[in-house]
Amino acid sequence: MSKQHVSTVINGEPMEFLCEAQQTLLDCLRDELHLTGSKEGCGSGDCGACSVILDGKLVCSCLMLGVEAEGHTITTVEGIAEGDKLHPVQQKFLEHAALQCGFCTPGFIVAAKALLDENKNPTEEETRYWLAGNLCRCTGYDKIVRAVLDAAAVMRGENPPSPAT
Amino acid sequence: MPRVSYTAPTTIDDAVKALAASAGLAKVLSGGTDLLVQMKSGRTRPELIVDMKKLPGLVGIREEGDQIVIGGATPGVMISADEMLTRAYPGIVEGVDLIGSTQIQGRASIAGNLCNGSPAADSVPPVIAARATAVVAGPNGRREVPVESIVTGPGQTSLQKGEFVVEFRVPKPKPRQSDAYLRFIPRTEMDIAVVGCAVNVTLDASGTCTDARVVLGAVAPTQVIVGEAAQALIGHKLDEDTLKRLDAAARAACRPITDKRGTIEYRIKVAGVLARRAAAIAFERAAARA
Repeated sequence: MSKQHVSTVINGEPMEFLCEAQQTLLDCLRDELHLTGSKEGCGSGDCGACSVILDGKLVCSCLMLGVEAEGHTITTVEGIAEGDKLHPVQQKFLEHAALQCGFCTPGFIVAAKALLDENKNPTEEETRYWLAGNLCRCTGYDKIVRAVLDAAAVMRGENPPSPAT
Repeated sequence: MPRVSYTAPTTIDDAVKALAASAGLAKVLSGGTDLLVQMKSGRTRPELIVDMKKLPGLVGIREEGDQIVIGGATPGVMISADEMLTRAYPGIVEGVDLIGSTQIQGRASIAGNLCNGSPAADSVPPVIAARATAVVAGPNGRREVPVESIVTGPGQTSLQKGEFVVEFRVPKPKPRQSDAYLRFIPRTEMDIAVVGCAVNVTLDASGTCTDARVVLGAVAPTQVIVGEAAQALIGHKLDEDTLKRLDAAARAACRPITDKRGTIEYRIKVAGVLARRAAAIAFERAAARA
């Protein structure tokens, strides 16, 4: 079967790619568009390392076909920062050392941004439940959750104290 | 994944034709959160994928006369965000909302959850408890059937070649009618039900139950409508005696297996516990819907 042509908007830019029907959106992002920020951790929708935002909804790109993206708007981890300016979630991940190997981090950043877009003042419980689809083997999650709550405070215009060094 | 063909029809007729005409295995694509996993593992090897999401009415929730209509391919996030449906059937919404993670909720649908045929499906018990019907389109036209007639066994449905679920229809709830769904899983999130219990009750002004449906999931090859549990509730208030009889009826209806998530004995015990708790929530919600 000939390749399918897909038109999308990714990180604010119109982007087109060719793919075969059985390629997942993750495959297309990484292999066709060379947006390798989204990672394949499990391929089965359990680990969240492939998380992207589709039309404002957090999804696993490994569980979508590339062809399903036709006509839709996607945000990947590459689109979270504004040029050189890090998103508060990214900044707080650095300040809190909320990563070690970093493999789960793109998924967490995208998922956390999606959370804060929807809920400006999540509780710790709400944050943990929202992020239940993102798995981390290194950190034990605590610093991740603190970073996300801290980023939320910054985005609300509060001035939270820096984490202890 | 192996090569596959893909089509996203824009009319129900085209979708039926594509499914019916496929020489090899054709699978319906809704949210993809079961289908793609199974394609990747090799459990299913379709030659054709027919995407439901461009079909009119498949994605969305609407009121139609005295019914609420839920498009088969509507994702969980849309269901949870629908205030009208959440007020009318909080049990259905909480069942759907328990499926997977936030990411899965962005795509997963009730039709997919139902037609995947897992005995542990979370959206199915409350949908059955609501006495929902499924509208099925196929080569012989449309038919509307009780949702409980769709799943015939683990991973198996009564859908014929060329058929798919278009939408679900539930009656608008009566005054003092409401529902609840609870499930038990070994983890906190992201797991498969050890037991799921949906209770839908209608009360009179005194708080006495006049109608009920109790549906258990994950304790038999298909969802179980527990007639004796409904009989335990009808004509009674939810006092300790009623709860005891409800608990016993729920336990008696279980035909579970022992697997890594729970033993037969444990599932039976938890079925009784969840029936009590879900009934308490449903009664409280129903009384508040005067």
